[in-house]
Amino acid sequence: MFGKLTWAAIPIDQPIPLVAGAVVLVVILAVIMWVVVKGHLPYLWQEWITSVDHKRIGVMYTLLAMVMLLRGFSDAILMRAQQSVAFQSQGFLPPEHYNQIFSAHGTIMIFFVGMPFVIGLMNLVVPLQLGVRDVAFPTLNSVGFWLTATGALLVNISLVVGEFARTGWLPYPPLSELTYSPGVGVDYYLWSLQISGVGTLVAGINLVTTVLKIRTKGMNYMRMPMFCWTTLASNLLIVAAFPILTATLAMLLLDRYLGFHFFTNEAGGNVMMFMNLIWAWGHPEVYILVLPAFGIFSEVVSTFSGKPLFGYRSMVLATMAICIISFMVWLHHFFTMGAGPTVNAVFGIASMIIAVPTGVKIYNWLFTMFAGRIRFTTPMMWSTGFMVTFAIGGLTGVLLAVPPADFLLHNSLFLVAHFHNVIIGGVLFGAFAGYTYWFPKAFGFRLDERLGMAAFWLWLSGFYLAFVPLYAVGFLGMTRRMQHYDIEVWRPWLMVASIGAMLILIAIICQVLQLAVSIRNREALRDTTGDPWDGRSLEWATSSPPPAFNFAFLPDVTGEDAYWAIKRHATLEASEKPRDYQPIEMPRNSPTGFVCAFFATVMGFALIWHIWWMVVAGFIGAFSTFVVFAWRDYDEYEIPAEEVARIDRANLAARRELVTAAGGS
Amino acid sequence: MSDIHGLRHQAGLAPGDEGGSVGLRVLVYLVGLGLAVLLTVTSFFVAGTDLVWQPSIPVAIVVLAIAQMGVHLVFFLHITTGPDNTNNVMALAFGLLIVFLVIGGSLWIMANLDQNMLPTDQLMLMQR
Amino acid sequence: MTLTAVAREDPHHLGVLVDVAHEGPAPKRIVTGFGFWIFLLSDIVMFSCFFAAYAVLLGRTAGGPSGAELFNLHSVALETACLLLSSFVCGMASIAADERNHFWFQIAMAVTCVLGLAFLAIEFHEFADLVARGAGPTRSAFLSAFFTLVGCHGLHVSAGILWLLTMMAQVFAKGFRADIERRFLCFALFWHALDIIWVAVFSVVYLIGSAA
Repeated sequence: MFGKLTWAAIPIDQPIPLVAGAVVLVVILAVIMWVVVKGHLPYLWQEWITSVDHKRIGVMYTLLAMVMLLRGFSDAILMRAQQSVAFQSQGFLPPEHYNQIFSAHGTIMIFFVGMPFVIGLMNLVVPLQLGVRDVAFPTLNSVGFWLTATGALLVNISLVVGEFARTGWLPYPPLSELTYSPGVGVDYYLWSLQISGVGTLVAGINLVTTVLKIRTKGMNYMRMPMFCWTTLASNLLIVAAFPILTATLAMLLLDRYLGFHFFTNEAGGNVMMFMNLIWAWGHPEVYILVLPAFGIFSEVVSTFSGKPLFGYRSMVLATMAICIISFMVWLHHFFTMGAGPTVNAVFGIASMIIAVPTGVKIYNWLFTMFAGRIRFTTPMMWSTGFMVTFAIGGLTGVLLAVPPADFLLHNSLFLVAHFHNVIIGGVLFGAFAGYTYWFPKAFGFRLDERLGMAAFWLWLSGFYLAFVPLYAVGFLGMTRRMQHYDIEVWRPWLMVASIGAMLILIAIICQVLQLAVSIRNREALRDTTGDPWDGRSLEWATSSPPPAFNFAFLPDVTGEDAYWAIKRHATLEASEKPRDYQPIEMPRNSPTGFVCAFFATVMGFALIWHIWWMVVAGFIGAFSTFVVFAWRDYDEYEIPAEEVARIDRANLAARRELVTAAGGS
Repeated sequence: MSDIHGLRHQAGLAPGDEGGSVGLRVLVYLVGLGLAVLLTVTSFFVAGTDLVWQPSIPVAIVVLAIAQMGVHLVFFLHITTGPDNTNNVMALAFGLLIVFLVIGGSLWIMANLDQNMLPTDQLMLMQR
Repeated sequence: MTLTAVAREDPHHLGVLVDVAHEGPAPKRIVTGFGFWIFLLSDIVMFSCFFAAYAVLLGRTAGGPSGAELFNLHSVALETACLLLSSFVCGMASIAADERNHFWFQIAMAVTCVLGLAFLAIEFHEFADLVARGAGPTRSAFLSAFFTLVGCHGLHVSAGILWLLTMMAQVFAKGFRADIERRFLCFALFWHALDIIWVAVFSVVYLIGSAA
């Protein structure tokens, strides 16, 4: 009746997941009760859960990412703690448990922190920067978000019902095959990623179409903000790469569920083909993560240097070059698997070449700062920290791109230090910069600057303390994912790394505090004009937060840094032409995304536990949702012209104050 | 009457869209069908016959397949090189690039691995 | 648009890269069609992975039967005819939809459906036959790859049939409304793309596989 699911699936004998699961469950229940009792549920349902507004969806994506950061980081703390005590001892985490922890850590950080964070920021900002009202497919946007949330939910359910995969964040066969992983762990991983993979693909299609087909009048390709270019490149990569992940994981699922022989040791399966295919996805994936971060830095550096971005055209070329070349380097993840020298050399050289356009970008950011009037606000600090940290990480990457060197360093802690260096220094710092930069746009008040600075310095020092020792210990021969070790020389380095992890913990606490304090002080931090940073692109032309329709009239763009030009005109001509307001049609909110994700969760859980009747029920539910959605007669609602006028006039009034305050600058 | 994006103008064609009279459009599909049938029959013939130099058969079939895909793209999907179709063609080109990289790269890598590594069943024997 | 106007809006003198006066957001039909086109390209990348896996696992028959021993080119020819004709008839349905002709639209869609179902029937029969002969997907890596590649295409055709029936019902119930027309445009793109993939399948898998 319930497939493989029994009461034994709940880890009563394992204190850590049991307690952690209980705590999380209690917190979730408390939050839900508070929401219901205070009467916020109708508001939440109408304004957020069923919202198809890109701004709301962007916020929800980002919130998902930050919550999952806490979960992924707890895994990291456990790992560091284990490695600091497990010298000539088993530590406090048995191998079966430790293996699940590092697997969950990687899976969550990449798929449920990194991806949602950048997708959330792109969703929030890109339509505003393009001067339009929403993305190309708003309801599909909602579906994409909720499917991603489903994936995150399934991974977290594995903590209390069953187990997670023990195979690392990429489930290499034959270990991940049924013979060696008979439990449900790998299945949790696979279904979670297949479902959220659909969500990501949908987001990719949405953003590519938006950037290519939905821009305001006059916004040619070469007038788009840089963030929109990196959005285009990153989402082209999503559209091109995620199908590879879907196909490869599907093959593994077929092996596990139907006895196929793609990657088995018997009957002719080819284990190495998994590595080849999964990394053909895996390498573009890291560029999917980092390209939006590069875009964020372009925006932030330009704004806080008070100068247009240096070398716009070369930045565009570099971005598209990275996009294409990122599909030509994937073998560098398995130099040691046994390919010949020619193959290794070609991919090694390609991996070094891809560093060149990134270098071009760094020079352009530096030249943007040069002779600028720099304001070292928190986003600018993150950007500067990124430039130093990412450069180091990139250099270690170029070192690893040399096949003979990689033969020694592959799967050592040197590798682990490298990829954390570029992911934290690049993606996470970029995400934090973007979060701080665009927070006022999303919510109407700024984040507390002091706590932001504290968080930055703690993150920066914590990162270096946590990961530079790992470079050393990698050189000294330590392999990744070690549950215990006996080598004396490694110990001091690992202890220092633990201190770094502690600093990062305090940094994260500062960030949580920053949010709480900022909400409490929101009136003092209020952004009244919509342009708190003296920005250059169109999102700063709207109020904070923008109205549902973003712009009462789609702007007419005549050059780069569209909003900067508008501001200069505004200071020169204080005249106010009477505006002919029209009613605006907006897409209706829809529960399609949420309901679809609900059935996807049911299906995923049922597939994992082999509850076949539930799979069928879930599928029928999901299909019906689509038919119901397709059958609706009204997909838009109209905002009356008077309402548009009222909202727009209020924004204009607030801005006039900004202009007169700025004087004739 | 403006919709959510307040647009009016034609800035390119949707893929699959085309204009013209009914007769003309039916003719386009008929021509496409005719060409496709021709290419299909040729493919089947080449695969089964002894009249062709045997080693060239796979190449011939691939070429015929690519030609037929082109026929489908042009006559059924109306993908042309006109300026109103640029986005569609660029997207197609990007997709094709990825397909060739994935298939070509995988074949090259896996063949190379096969050459340099023991077959799996022999590898397994070494485990014992 | 005069030349001087272009020059003024082209501060970096990019000329060819600057589409003269971008008009604003594209019409919904173009946006929807293009978005679906991008989805189709992603689908084609997914198929290319299955093709790559098939090509790599081609010789790995684990002592079992190979393609040449298994494939029946007569049924493949029949399947190809069904699908190719259905693509043509679907094109007729597109023309009928543009002309807002309910009668010919429903007829063309019904014929497309029948041809698609015929394709699926032949394919299902082939699969059942192979399994009965002990050449199912669990026999060897080659057969796993074959069944997955061809089966994935068949699943797409099945989904297409479901979609086709839904479109017929929608047009019948609500007529040629703008959003339904957009949805049908996507369906037609999907159906033609499936035929393109079938060209690759019958060429690479069946024809080259039998000739080997």
